[in-house]
Amino acid sequence: MELDPLLLSRFQFAWLIAWHILMPAFTVGLASYIAILEGLHFFTTKEVYFRISTFWIRIFSVAFGIGVVSGVIMPFQFGTNWSRYADATANVLAPLFAYEGLTAFFLEAAFLGVLLFGRKLVPPWAHFVAALMVAFGTLLSSFWILAANSWMQTPAGYEIVDGRFYPTDWLQVIFNPSFPYRLAHTVTGFYVTTGFVVVGVAAWLIRKGRHAAEGRIMLSMTLWLLTVLVPLQIFIGDQHGLNTLEHQPAKLAAMEGHWQTGSGIPFVLFGLPDEANATNRFSIEIPYAGSLVLTHSLNGTVRGLTDFPPDQRPPVAIPFFAFRIMIGIGSLMLLLVATSWWLRWRRRLFDSPWFLRCCMVMAPFGFVAVLAGWTTTEVGRQPWTVYGLMRTADSVSPSLSGSDVLISLLGYMLVYLIIFPSGAWVMLRIIRRGLDEPDATTSPVQGGRPSGPVAVQLQPEGERS
Amino acid sequence: MNVSLSFVPVWTLILATGIFLYVLLDGFDLGVGILYGLEPDLASRNIVMNAIAPIWDGNETWLVLGGLALLAAFPLAFVIIVPALYFPILVMLLALAFRGVAFEFRFRDVEHKTFWDRGFNYGSAVAAFAQGVMLGAFIQGFRVEGRHFVGTSFDFLTPFSLLTGLALVFGYGLLGAGWLILKTEGEIQQRARRSARFCLLAVLAGIAGVSIWTPLMSGAIATRWFTWPGILLLSPVPVATAAVSVWIWRLLGRESQAGPFIGAVGLFVLSYTGIAISIWPMIVPHKYTLWEAASSPSTQGFLLVGTLFLLPVILVYTGWSYWVFRGKVRADIGYH
Ligand code: HDD
Ligand code: HEM
Ligand code: HEM
Repeated sequence: MELDPLLLSRFQFAWLIAWHILMPAFTVGLASYIAILEGLHFFTTKEVYFRISTFWIRIFSVAFGIGVVSGVIMPFQFGTNWSRYADATANVLAPLFAYEGLTAFFLEAAFLGVLLFGRKLVPPWAHFVAALMVAFGTLLSSFWILAANSWMQTPAGYEIVDGRFYPTDWLQVIFNPSFPYRLAHTVTGFYVTTGFVVVGVAAWLIRKGRHAAEGRIMLSMTLWLLTVLVPLQIFIGDQHGLNTLEHQPAKLAAMEGHWQTGSGIPFVLFGLPDEANATNRFSIEIPYAGSLVLTHSLNGTVRGLTDFPPDQRPPVAIPFFAFRIMIGIGSLMLLLVATSWWLRWRRRLFDSPWFLRCCMVMAPFGFVAVLAGWTTTEVGRQPWTVYGLMRTADSVSPSLSGSDVLISLLGYMLVYLIIFPSGAWVMLRIIRRGLDEPDATTSPVQGGRPSGPVAVQLQPEGERS
Repeated sequence: MNVSLSFVPVWTLILATGIFLYVLLDGFDLGVGILYGLEPDLASRNIVMNAIAPIWDGNETWLVLGGLALLAAFPLAFVIIVPALYFPILVMLLALAFRGVAFEFRFRDVEHKTFWDRGFNYGSAVAAFAQGVMLGAFIQGFRVEGRHFVGTSFDFLTPFSLLTGLALVFGYGLLGAGWLILKTEGEIQQRARRSARFCLLAVLAGIAGVSIWTPLMSGAIATRWFTWPGILLLSPVPVATAAVSVWIWRLLGRESQAGPFIGAVGLFVLSYTGIAISIWPMIVPHKYTLWEAASSPSTQGFLLVGTLFLLPVILVYTGWSYWVFRGKVRADIGYH
C-alpha cells in the first residue's frame, strides 16, 4: 500500500494536539482552582486552604511544564505538514496564534514564578494576585487559540484574493459565529474536567484517612462547583449544537447519524452508521426526540447527510460515536452530582464508601469527554480545514512523501509515549505523597520555571556573588 | 501599499532581534546542557543545572515567538523554509521536549535520575546540532516553485549543513562555557575554562570553513564580499572576529569572570552580522525579499499594536530576572 502523506499528517496532528490538549484541560481549571484557594486563604487566613493550595501548585507545576513542552511543538506543525494551509490562512490566523504566544509568555514570565516559588518571599496578597493572573493567562491562551480554531469552523470577516484569505474585519474574525459557544463550552469543560480530578483525589484521601479534613473540604467545595458547572455545561453543549446546525449542517447530521432530510426525526441512541447504504444498522431510536432537541419543536425539519454531495460529507462513524461518548460521560457526571445532593441531604457525603469509589473512578472521565468532544468537532469538519472553503486534501505540504511523515509520526509517538506517562507517574507520586511538605533535601533544583526574580532573594545578601 | 512598506522594516527589526535573542539565550543554556555531560558528580551537576534552571524556560519561549512572528509577518518565508527543514525541525523539537521535561522530572522522579540526566545532556547537544544544520540549509537555499518548497525532505542534508551543525554545537558550547565561568567557581569553573578553549578553536575552524565555502557556493555572495567597495566596507567583520577570538583566548587564561561570555556573545554578533550581510534583503535565499514575503498590511498592523506594547514589557522583565539572578550559583541553595 502506498503511504499517504495526507492521511499520516492528519494522524500526526491529531496525535500531537490530543496529547497537548490534555494539559490545558487540566491546567486551565487548576489555575482557577488555585486562585480560588488562594483567595479563600487570603480572606479567611485559614491554614487549611494554604495546605490544599500548596499541594495543587506542586501538581500544577508539572502539568504546566509538559503543557509548554508539547505546546512548543504545535505551531511548527502548521509549517512542516500543513504549509499550503498556512500559506492560505496566515494573513488571518497567524496574528491570533502570535497573540496567544505573546500574552502567554507575558503572564507566564511575570507571574508564574511568583506563584510557584514566591510563597515565602512576597506578601499573601501578592501571591493571591499572582494566582489570579496565572489563571487569567491560561484563559487568555484559550481565548486566542479557540478564536483561531473557531474561525476555521465558521470563517468570517475575510475576503479571498488569489486563493488566499485576507482579513477585512478583525472583530468578525475573532468573534466569528461559533466562537462564543466554543469558548464557553471548552472552558467550562476544562473546569469540569479538573473538578472531577479534584473530587477523585479528595475521595482517595478520605478513604485512606490521610489528610481527611483537607479531603472533605476539597470534596464538598468542588461538588458545589460541579453542581453549577455540569448542568451549565450540558446547557451550553445544547446551544453549541444548535449553532452547529445553523453553520455546519453536514457535521451535525453526522453527529446525529441522520441520513434523510425530514421532519419529526428521531434521536438515534445507538446504531452502526453504514455509509455505503446511507442508513444506520441496529439502531435504537427515540421518536421525534431529534427534532425536539435540534429545533425545539416535534415536527421541525432537519437536513440529512444525503442532502450533501458525497465529497462534502464528513466521515460519519467517528463523530457519531465520539459525540455519544461525550454525551454519555456528561450524563454520568450529572448522575454523580445529583447523587451528591442526595447524600448531602442525608449527611452521608463523606462516609459512603461506594460513592467515594465512584468519585475515584470518575476522576479521568473529563479528559475522555474533552477528547471525544474535540474529535467530534474536528472530524465533523472534514473534508475541510476551513469549512466550506479549503479542503484538507489541499492543505498538506506539497514536498512531503509518505515515508517522511511516517518517520516523524513514529518519532513523535515514541517520545510522547515516554514523556506523558512519565509525567503522569510523577504527578501520581506527588498525589500519593499527599499534602506533606516534600523533603527539601531531595530537590536542590526546582525544575525549570522562571523563578529567578523571586527565588534569589531567598539568599542572604552577603552570600551572593 | 505604502502602508505595507512602512511596516516591513519594523517587523524585520523585531524578527531579527527575536531570532538573535533566541540564539543567544537558548544558545548558552543549550551549551550548558552540552557541557553538563562532563561534570563528574552529582554535586557539580546540580550546580551546573542551577546555573540555568530559573531562566531556560523563558529563553526557549523566544523560539515560539520567533516562529510565530515569522508566520505572521513573513508567511511566505515560513511556508517555504519550515517544510524544507522538515527533519531538522523534527529532531530539534523532539530533543527540546526531552530536555525540557528533564528539568521537571529529574528531581521529582528520583529513580530515573540517570535517564533524565542523559536526556538533558544529549537533548541539548542534538537540538544544537539540528539548529546548526538548519542554518546551513538556509544559507544554501531551497528549491522553490511559486509559493512552495518543491525539493525533498532530505535536501537539507549536505556536507555544508553538517559542518554548520557541528560549528554551532561548539559555538553554543563556547557560550555555555562562558556562562558557567560567570556563574560558578572552583573546579567547575576551571573545567569550563578548558572546555571554552577547545570550543573556541573548534568554532573558529567552523567559521573559517563556512566563510570560505559560502562565497564558493554562491556567486552573489562572493560578489558582495569581494568586490570594491564591498570589500572595504565589510573587511572589519573578519578582522573584528579575529581580534575578539584572541581577546577571549587571553581572558580564559586570566581571572576574568564575565569576559569570556561577553567575548563569546561578540563572536555571535559578528557571525550573525556576517550572515545578514550575505543574504540581505532576501528572507528566502535567492528567491524572495522581505517585502515579497510580507503578510498584508492589515495583518502586520494588527499584530504590531499588541507587540509594541507587550514586547518591551517582556524585555524589561527578562532583563530584571537576569539582574536578580546575578552572582554565583551554589549547590546547597535550592529554588523554593
Ligand atoms: C467535560 C467535558 C465535556 C462534557 C461533559 C460535554 N462536552 Fe461537549 N464538548 C467538549 C467537552 C464536553 C469540548 C471538548 O470542550 C468540545 C470540543 C470542541 C468544543 O467546542 O468543545 C465539545 C464539543 C461539543 C459539540 C461540538 C460542536 C461543534 O464543534 O460543532 C457539541 C454539539 C457538544 N459538545 C454538545 C455537548 C452536549 C449536548 C453535552 C451534554 C451531555 C456535552 N457536550 C458534554
Ligand atoms: C486552534 C486549535 C486547532 C487548530 C488550528 C486545528 C487544526 C487542525 C488541522 C490543520 C488539522 C489537520 C487537517 C484535518 O485533518 O482536519 C486538524 C485535524 C484534527 N484536529 Fe484540530 N485543530 C485545533 C484544535 C484541535 C484540538 C484542541 C483537538 C483536540 C483533541 C483537535 C483534534 C484534531 C483531530 C482529531 C484531527 C484529525 C481529524 C481527521 O483526521 O479527520 N484539534 N486540526
Ligand atoms: C493547534 C493548536 C495549538 C497550538 C499551536 C498551541 C500552542 C501552544 C504553545 C506554543 C504553548 C506553550 C506556550 C508558552 O511556552 O508560553 C502552549 C501552551 C498552552 N496551550 Fe496550547 N496550543 C494549541 C492548542 C491549544 C488549545 C486548543 C488550548 C486551549 C483551549 C491551548 C491552551 C494552552 C494553554 C493554556 C497553554 C499554557 C500551558 C498549559 O497551561 O499547559 N492550546 N500551546
